[in-house]
Amino acid sequence: MFAKIQYYLKSFLFLELLQGMSVTGRYFFRKKFTIQYPEQKTPISPRFRGLHALRRYANGEERCIACKLCEAVCPALAITIESEQRADGTRRTTRYDIDLFKCIYCGFCEEACPVDSIVETNIFEYHFENRGENIMTKQKLLEIGDRYEAQLAADRSADARYR
Amino acid sequence: MELLISIWEWLHEYVQYTIFSAAKALVILLPLFIVVAYYTLAERKVIGYMQVRKGPNRVGPKGLFQPFADMFKLMFKEIIVPTNSSRYLFIIAPVITFAPAMAAWAVIPFDDGLVFSDINAGLLYILAMTSIGVYGVIIAGWASNSKYALLGAMRSAAQIVAYEIAMGFALVGVLMVGGSLNLGEIVMRQQGGIGHWFFIPLLPLFFVYLISGVAETNRAPFDVAEGESEIVAGFHVEYSGMAFAVFFLAEYANMILIAMLCSLMFFGGWLSPVPGLVGDGIGWLFGKTAVFMLLFLWFRATFPRYRYDQIMRLGWKVLLPVTIVWLAVEGLAVYFKIGPWFA
Repeated sequence: MFAKIQYYLKSFLFLELLQGMSVTGRYFFRKKFTIQYPEQKTPISPRFRGLHALRRYANGEERCIACKLCEAVCPALAITIESEQRADGTRRTTRYDIDLFKCIYCGFCEEACPVDSIVETNIFEYHFENRGENIMTKQKLLEIGDRYEAQLAADRSADARYR
Repeated sequence: MELLISIWEWLHEYVQYTIFSAAKALVILLPLFIVVAYYTLAERKVIGYMQVRKGPNRVGPKGLFQPFADMFKLMFKEIIVPTNSSRYLFIIAPVITFAPAMAAWAVIPFDDGLVFSDINAGLLYILAMTSIGVYGVIIAGWASNSKYALLGAMRSAAQIVAYEIAMGFALVGVLMVGGSLNLGEIVMRQQGGIGHWFFIPLLPLFFVYLISGVAETNRAPFDVAEGESEIVAGFHVEYSGMAFAVFFLAEYANMILIAMLCSLMFFGGWLSPVPGLVGDGIGWLFGKTAVFMLLFLWFRATFPRYRYDQIMRLGWKVLLPVTIVWLAVEGLAVYFKIGPWFA
């Protein structure tokens, strides 16, 4: 009996509705979480997995030794590698393609690489304007690596403690 | 100037009257359109703020030109008429929704005597006009020849039938205490400060009216007619461009209408709450209306959508009995001449 009266009081006095409205009313005056994207950006972790790059050693020699571990580990089969013996007797890639449409940015290639050659940069703002630009060739990857080497090295060293 | 005056005098009396009326209608409708445009922006802003985000702020200073951007976008979009639709009905449906939503404003008094047409059956006229608007929704759903649209129209029809009755009974309560169907007279009966306003003796009816007003305009939490997550967009899935915009316009015009009716019938319209201190004026009406308009947005930001059968339950088994009981109570109050309202 008492429970029933309580129930009727609760629903006819809109208690729960008012409670809900007071919540939204309070949130109306809260500080907003919005980040105004092109002007403001969220902080990026050194582990961020964005566009790929191939790194070089300090002496300019490319790190990749064409072991094809990345190709083997890639779950999306996005990496295609062809290799050849160079004049100095070392094995090097003649072709290193990543199809960015297939790539799922899992970072396994970077994990698999024994020489820290293939890495994922923190670049996430890029686009393609023509058909075929989604294929990252060896040359394009090396260019990205050269341009962002400082950032890449800093990110790797920041994360090295936890590896 | 003299030429214009001579042309004006040369015109037939009826032509003069028509032109004069059209001008008066324009004076009401143009500001209404602007308010509707900015009401859509206010909705997005208010709901955004309640969801702890900023809402549109890119077009113009603080996003103030957003409604115009939306408007131009909709104007230049193609109006697609589905092949298997009933073409004639498909085109006429938005008009049927829109025209009554505009026509209802004819009897709204903005100040003492400031009304487009001061007819005696104003309240009935409003009830009739808002009911006709529903046909637009139903026809739109039928003419689209689409499953979702038909479902939306069906839901809308059942919902409107249920809430129209509760709304009508709530208005009967206003009629009993106001003693007139003329909206201006109803307001004038509430003279004498906040204690004389009708929301005090009619509190339950006011809430019934507000709730069924929200349901009537197909707004959240009663927006099953368009329920995005269930039936995409309900009755207007197949509409695009300006045809869609017309539905949109009608919905918002109706919301403003309900808000204004609430303040006219229950909160003394343009009357000041403390007549000794502040004078009456049109500003009071707009202020009160703005509060109810904000309430519409607040509801939408707060409440989840009612399930279809819950809506039916609320309409038939809660709101309707409440109104009937309160009409009986009010009858007693009228008989015993209680308070300042029934004297």
